[in-house]
Amino acid sequence: MAGDSLIRVSGLVRVFGATRVLAGVDLEVAPGEAVALLGANGAGKTTLLKILATVLRPTRGTATVGGYDCVREAEAVRGLVGLVAHGAHVYDELTALENLRFWTALAGQRRPPATLADALADVDLERFAHARVRTFSTGMKRRLALARLRLARPRVLLLDEPFTGLDQRARKWLEGALETHKAGGGALLMATHGLARDLTVADRLAVLAAGRVVLDTLRAGLGIDDVQRLYAAHAEEGP
Amino acid sequence: MTFARRTLTVAWKDLLVERRAKESLNALVFFSLLLLFLFQFALGPDRDRLQAVLPGALWLGFLLAGLLALGRAFQVERENDCWEALLLVPGDKSAIYLGKLVGSLVVMLVVEALVLALFTVFFNVDLAAAGAGLVLVVVLGTLGFAAVGTLFSAMTAHVRARELLFPVLLLPVLVPVLLATVEATAGLFRGEPIGAVSRWLGLLAAADVVYVVAGILTFDVILEG
Amino acid sequence: MTRVLGWLAVVALASGLLVGFGIAPREMTQGNVQRIMYLHVPAVWVAYLAFAVGFAASVAYLVRRRPGADRLAHAASEVGVLFLGVNIATGAIWGKPTWGTWWTWDARLTSVSVVFVMYVAYLLLRQAVDDREQAARYGAVLAIVAALNIPLVHFSVFWWRTLHQPPSILKSGPSTMPDVILTALLVNFAALALLGAYFVAKRVGVLAAEAEALA
Repeated sequence: MAGDSLIRVSGLVRVFGATRVLAGVDLEVAPGEAVALLGANGAGKTTLLKILATVLRPTRGTATVGGYDCVREAEAVRGLVGLVAHGAHVYDELTALENLRFWTALAGQRRPPATLADALADVDLERFAHARVRTFSTGMKRRLALARLRLARPRVLLLDEPFTGLDQRARKWLEGALETHKAGGGALLMATHGLARDLTVADRLAVLAAGRVVLDTLRAGLGIDDVQRLYAAHAEEGP
Repeated sequence: MTFARRTLTVAWKDLLVERRAKESLNALVFFSLLLLFLFQFALGPDRDRLQAVLPGALWLGFLLAGLLALGRAFQVERENDCWEALLLVPGDKSAIYLGKLVGSLVVMLVVEALVLALFTVFFNVDLAAAGAGLVLVVVLGTLGFAAVGTLFSAMTAHVRARELLFPVLLLPVLVPVLLATVEATAGLFRGEPIGAVSRWLGLLAAADVVYVVAGILTFDVILEG
Repeated sequence: MTRVLGWLAVVALASGLLVGFGIAPREMTQGNVQRIMYLHVPAVWVAYLAFAVGFAASVAYLVRRRPGADRLAHAASEVGVLFLGVNIATGAIWGKPTWGTWWTWDARLTSVSVVFVMYVAYLLLRQAVDDREQAARYGAVLAIVAALNIPLVHFSVFWWRTLHQPPSILKSGPSTMPDVILTALLVNFAALALLGAYFVAKRVGVLAAEAEALA
């Protein structure tokens, strides 16, 4: 497994001002594998995702995606990753359809209108295709962001709290889509606050605390109570 | 070809957003109009004195309106963190810079054209005499302004006190553009031919080249976050 | 190394004072006030030299992304602002007895103060950004734009208003300056350049120590 990891992070340090948000993170994610990053607010989950997405540069250490270095070969990494962080990456003044059209056109992908409509239907937004995103709820914006990712089909998904703001139906669709992504050999790294119901897709759990991975374990066999207990035992331990 | 397409895609998006958010464009024109009124009040009714400072007042108005327009140019990328996605789209980031530059340039030129039209009415200036030369000065000056402004707007979008820092960074750099546009406009208003202000036009063209090239070369560095 | 630079600067400054006050003669029309020139003129040369170093270091930072290049760019620009400030202040002090006013909007005063304001804005930007890496990138871009803008500022301001006596040394044709005054200028330039280099080295050391403490 070590030879062909899609995501590989070693000794990753990121300093913001006087704060060490990441203090030496090691993590690997194999093709077809989903890893859930758990940790309290400020534990460094989002920072780690953003470094992998080449949006932030590490202070020290290395991060690679698909064998490409996230700093030196950032353009190659950008062709492989899809990121959904706190912002939904959509323009409020454009309609849902115009947003999808803009992002696919910018990426040089020619998608027929039917494909865009399908992507919207997948996330249950087909009725709002011509509504401005300004009128959308947070959950709807998030679904639109996921529809965009579905069109881009990246090999590596980096999701920050992907289930937040989703209703039951959308949650079910997302779980399905993530399973399909895994089955196709894609890797998934997602940050969550550790609610057990968000973890069904995850094969492994990695708990971040004070900028380090303090626990990295297989999820199989762990019940909801076990996860809660592990999380409480590790995630809350301060620096 | 794809570079041009990407540039136009971004420009189209910005102009569409600008047209949808009509209230801000309207407010921008209204703001420029208010400035003209304020200049009139501040300078008094003396016609000769007013004539003498008109070019400066005009460009100061363009500058202040442009500061507002450009300052907002990256606010739209900030909401919902769109700049992250712009960075993540593989390909040359300078196409995004040029697209945003074209978008801002069009908005500023539209506002400036409206202000110029109102200017002729309120200050009784015959712009037709200045004619093609004035168009050239306005286009060259606004391009230089927008080229630095787009770059700095992206830079200050993530910075504390950005509303204050943006003009603080931009205005000193724009001194050559401001001097050249005001001097050239003054010459044209006095009825001089284009040839008489060619030195200033040359300076503006040189400044435009320097700023646009600097923007193209460094924009990806700014976009990194 | 830094210490050696410091002592060299002290020795050079002492010789600069000696040449400027002891050896160089009292100028006939301006009197002793003219001696301000031995600080005023070298200060602007050192400032522009520092900005050139800042420009080169900023380009190097964007290419290689070594924090050391950014620290050099930061320190050099700070020192440039300091020396340009000295230049403007001594210019005003010289202007009062000579022109009868602290400040006029003549071409050289104006262009130098525009450059001064540009680089003060650079320092303000660096202060406003908390993240070291982000501050380095933004600072590098601004330093590059500012340096490229210096010729544009000079040309535009000179065309806009040329009342000042033309610069005496760079003027083409035979120099009108007595050798002893030129020597005094060059000795003081060397002294200020050494002092500037010492400040830059010291600041780079402090910035490196700060980064070390946090990384």
